[in-house]
Amino acid sequence: MTGSARGIPGGFSQPGFVVFILLLFLCTSAASAVDPVSFSRDIRPLLADRCFACHGPDRKRRKKKLRLDLGIKETRRVISPGKPLDSELLKRITAEDPDDLMPPLDSGKKQLSLAEKELFRRWIDDGARFDLHWAYVKPGRPQPPKAGAEDWVRNPVDRFISAAHEKRGLSPSPEADRRTLLRRLHLDLTGLPPTPAELDAFLADKRPRAYEAQVERLLASPHFGERLAIYWLDLVRYADSAGYHSDPTINISPYRDYVIAAFNSNKPFDRFTLEQLAGDLLPDASMETRVASGYNRLNKTTDEGGAQAKEYLAKYAADRVRTTSSVWMGVTMGCAECHDHKFDPFTMKDFYSFAAFFADLKEVGHYSGSPRPPELQVPTGRLKARWLALEDELRKLEQSADGDKKRLEQLKKERGELQKSFTRTLVSQAVKPRVMRVLPRGNWLDDTGEVVEPAIPEFLGRLEVKGRATRLDLARWFVSKDNPLTARVFVNRLWKLYFGAGISSRLDDVGAQGEWPRHPELLDWLALEFIDSGWDIKRMIRLLVTSSAYRQSSLLTGKLRELDPYNRLVARQSRYRVEAELVRDAALYISGLLVDEIGGRSVKPYQPEGYWKHLNFPKRKWQHDKGSGQYRRGVYTHWQRTFLHPSLLAFDAPSREECIAERMVSNTPQAALALLNDPTYVEAARAFAQNIAFLGGESVDEKLDWAFRRALSRRPSMAEREILNKLLAAHRKQYLADGKAADALLGVGLSNRPEGAGDEKADLAAWTSLSRVILNLSETITRN
Amino acid sequence: MTGMQDNYPDQTRRAFLGRTSGGLGALALASLLDPRALSGDEPTVLESRGEVSPLHHAPRAKRVIFLTMAGGPSHLDTFDHKPSLEKLNGKPMPASYTRGQPIAQLQGQKLNCLRPQFEFRRCGKSGQRISTVLPHISGIADEICIVRSLHTDQINHDPAHTVMNTGSSISGRPSMGSWVNYGLGSETSDLPGFVVLTSKGGRNPQPIAVRQWHSGFLPGRFQGVQMHSTGDAVHYVGNPPGVDVKRQRDVVQAVQGLNRIRNQEVKNPQIETRIRQYELAFRMQMSVPELMDISREPKKVLEMYGVKEADGSYAYNCLLARRLAERGVRFIQLYHRGWDHHNGLVDYLKICSGLCDGPTAALVRDLKSRGMLDDTLIVWGGEFGRTPMAQTNKGKVGRDHHMKGFSMWLAGGGIKGGISHGQTDELGYNSTIDKVHVNDLHATMLHLLGVDHRRMTYRFQGRDFRLTDVGGEVVRDILA
Repeated sequence: MTGSARGIPGGFSQPGFVVFILLLFLCTSAASAVDPVSFSRDIRPLLADRCFACHGPDRKRRKKKLRLDLGIKETRRVISPGKPLDSELLKRITAEDPDDLMPPLDSGKKQLSLAEKELFRRWIDDGARFDLHWAYVKPGRPQPPKAGAEDWVRNPVDRFISAAHEKRGLSPSPEADRRTLLRRLHLDLTGLPPTPAELDAFLADKRPRAYEAQVERLLASPHFGERLAIYWLDLVRYADSAGYHSDPTINISPYRDYVIAAFNSNKPFDRFTLEQLAGDLLPDASMETRVASGYNRLNKTTDEGGAQAKEYLAKYAADRVRTTSSVWMGVTMGCAECHDHKFDPFTMKDFYSFAAFFADLKEVGHYSGSPRPPELQVPTGRLKARWLALEDELRKLEQSADGDKKRLEQLKKERGELQKSFTRTLVSQAVKPRVMRVLPRGNWLDDTGEVVEPAIPEFLGRLEVKGRATRLDLARWFVSKDNPLTARVFVNRLWKLYFGAGISSRLDDVGAQGEWPRHPELLDWLALEFIDSGWDIKRMIRLLVTSSAYRQSSLLTGKLRELDPYNRLVARQSRYRVEAELVRDAALYISGLLVDEIGGRSVKPYQPEGYWKHLNFPKRKWQHDKGSGQYRRGVYTHWQRTFLHPSLLAFDAPSREECIAERMVSNTPQAALALLNDPTYVEAARAFAQNIAFLGGESVDEKLDWAFRRALSRRPSMAEREILNKLLAAHRKQYLADGKAADALLGVGLSNRPEGAGDEKADLAAWTSLSRVILNLSETITRN
Repeated sequence: MTGMQDNYPDQTRRAFLGRTSGGLGALALASLLDPRALSGDEPTVLESRGEVSPLHHAPRAKRVIFLTMAGGPSHLDTFDHKPSLEKLNGKPMPASYTRGQPIAQLQGQKLNCLRPQFEFRRCGKSGQRISTVLPHISGIADEICIVRSLHTDQINHDPAHTVMNTGSSISGRPSMGSWVNYGLGSETSDLPGFVVLTSKGGRNPQPIAVRQWHSGFLPGRFQGVQMHSTGDAVHYVGNPPGVDVKRQRDVVQAVQGLNRIRNQEVKNPQIETRIRQYELAFRMQMSVPELMDISREPKKVLEMYGVKEADGSYAYNCLLARRLAERGVRFIQLYHRGWDHHNGLVDYLKICSGLCDGPTAALVRDLKSRGMLDDTLIVWGGEFGRTPMAQTNKGKVGRDHHMKGFSMWLAGGGIKGGISHGQTDELGYNSTIDKVHVNDLHATMLHLLGVDHRRMTYRFQGRDFRLTDVGGEVVRDILA
């Protein structure tokens, strides 16, 4: 496609245009006549998708010096506001002659549909108003609208949702039953299903605000931070290995614990941002903020012999731009590494200027093994509390004149001992910044590009700072009140966590190719609420999960299936399989095996023999944990980027080589095989069976009740009992006849192997089969 | 075409699951008896089971066997004969070639030329020039098309593999096997559509990341599945201890029964899908052992490949590749990880040839004798080539990584056999005539499968991604 032969002729091919004008009278749909055409919602996405590649921000690819991404000034020669029929643009998109047609047939772009052409006509007719892309405009604070159903409204979130329902003739789904509600809340806020005791307590609580009390209880749970951390760790691409080639282990787990603790203590998001990007530069820098600054070291790094340091420093710089712009801004600035962005106004210079913020980091292009300085040695897990208390006491003792000398000596000795068990972690350290240049076409060998200073993307403004801007300045800009993106992007992602899809469904791109938010006023309102609350994350989550919208049933009726299959209008709740880590957590928790300590080193669950055989330089063997480390939550599993644990992989955990804002959710035979046969789940089933035998009551019926309530928060139906009874009887008989098989099954895993007579073992083996069934149920791993 | 989204679980999807769901049981039974039965009911040759349906044009190949010689075989000692290097042996490499060029382990070293380490001969009726270190591949010279003008973007193994597999050096993009299954769907309901087999021998084996066969942003079911010759052939495909086939079936059936009961109440398409996946998983537990069991292969065949037992050797994997191809697996990728010859070039080349040369030729011949070479595309090559310059700082002489020019060969489905395409310069440094970028290779592979590489896209982060990134021209000269 050259396009060079295509001028912008004065004449145009009449017939197609006339046909179009005739046709559009037939096709104008009733729906489109209701809403006025909105540039941001209707026109800009079409321009971006079909036109910007040749008539957009990218200088090099631009054809005929025509830009359609700025405004009427630049487009006056093809658009005459108010006069669609005189506008070249309309003539071109409706042309019949393929030489005149836009987008060109050979461009690979989809042709505009008749309805889309009509949108252009009406937009030009209305005056062809251009607005800056919605996400780049500072949010206004809309008033929550009048709701369609006032008695349904519990908080302002519901007003926006209800108003949207009314507009589309929808009504909200009924509230989910209490059992479902509690289970949903538990999985959403802690990632663990409720225990029967917790369920009973909630069912028995007849106070009007019983539900809100549960929300408070779960927000205060130490498991809250673990649950939310899973999402954040995907964004920042946290992993325990370097990522390239020999993929050696790196020291970084204290950063993971920092994230968990930050969410648990409800650290304001602005502070959370500053600490990660610039924890080393803060005036009140502390051990904690330095650990947080490990964020800047989470990029992949290489040990490969023959890697040229300069090339890899360029790769690391680009990696940080991609990730940081995605995490805080929700944009795809990475596209501007080799050329100006094709859809959004990011230039190559913006890309390298953004990279320059990180040019002060002390690092090398080529590493060899571990450690990878700068690193810090810090206390973690149980050690941390002791360390903090000790430091505190030491300080007090040293400050007081008549300090107990003996005690002081004792404490100092203990401090020395504790330090021996410290954990290393990668941190940021500022040194003299490297020179950062624009790399022509992204080529690291080319030193001819302009030298750039740290700067935010030009179209979003300039940092008012003295001297060279720093990472701290960048972080402050992210969380300044004027930043249009950060709060929107974060609340949009929170919305996804609690409703199944973002208000703007592209969690990784709110730019021109993103999606017009389904409830734009709600998104803006939430963003400002977030900022005005002092970036209070728990407050925002509380707001979302106490709404009536959140409490709806997730059942999909025939009518909704047709009107809103993706649940964008939130006339019900969503249902989905839980994340990979939570599949593991549920099995361990239900079976009673879970060791629910918070934080600590990364751990190694059972993994198939030989899975690491392709790691080399040096060769390594996966040594699975033998003690309590075997039964930790998935968030603590050792994250090997090139060989992620196959059970996590089977349930779509990402390798964390790049920022992931939304995981794929697949449903594959590999996932079924893992849940059926991974020794983790077989052992969990046996432990569950032991608990059923021990705690579940006398009769089979009682035991089934107990097991179902533990795993699914409900009792089994008659039909379900029948299937399970049959399985139980058959397997009891078989295992009685085949004692060896029973021993083999019961011998899976490291935890307490049961002793007992033949019939006891056969009984336990049969219940293990039954427990395997329960752990494999769709319902067990579904949030609904 | 915008991508289907797995992420909206309440939406039933038309691809694969949707389309093969109806009467899976009966079809599966038929396919067990004859793996090609599934393709028998296709109304036209353009109909596919994937997202590209109808195909963009009539396909010449139905499946791909990609033989990855990981580490980067020396093109200068296998397929690209450079007599000039003979003359310049030991003399400095002209600086006009190397000035300002990226370099790997030779950073800071003297750059002297190294002559071809083996004799080259004209082979077959076609008279293609091939090194004597590959006697068996020399024997199939008339079947293969040698491309001597490949070039890539990355000079280190890990990123160069990523380019070869995904068309880009940035992680997170889908691999070619995933793209092919996304576009064409699978022809087997008992095995994954994309299978990876690895073997080793030669110099210190290359580490290979799961990323190399990952589905990236495509739905997870298009991910490559690694098969192993020891332990479980596929992760978790073996029953737990103390659980025989019958007991496992009981468990699976109870899961299915309970899921069905639940689904009467909640009517969740994801449950229907999960029921099918459990069925598939259980069938894989049956079919994988059958696949791996080579005891019924005739002695003659085993000898031809040089297979002694199921030992995970490259020879065994070549035989498995044929068995996978017979069973309808769409994309089969073999890795041999011993080709990184920084030192001991002569010895290690002989070792690698000893392990790979015979079985590769046997695979081509075996497919041909079964009439399967016509619709099976075979590709042989590494992630890059090696320098015309000697590397001497690690013991016996070797060659360093080289990305500006190297060789690969293709054979089978739609490829013109017995020809050579493209050239490097006199010293084998730069690809000069009829240059073929990795994106061009991918474009050509897709073309042979009936797919226009520019039209098979998936929208991610607001952009329509494709295997060939922003490049790719079909290499028409090598098409039959």
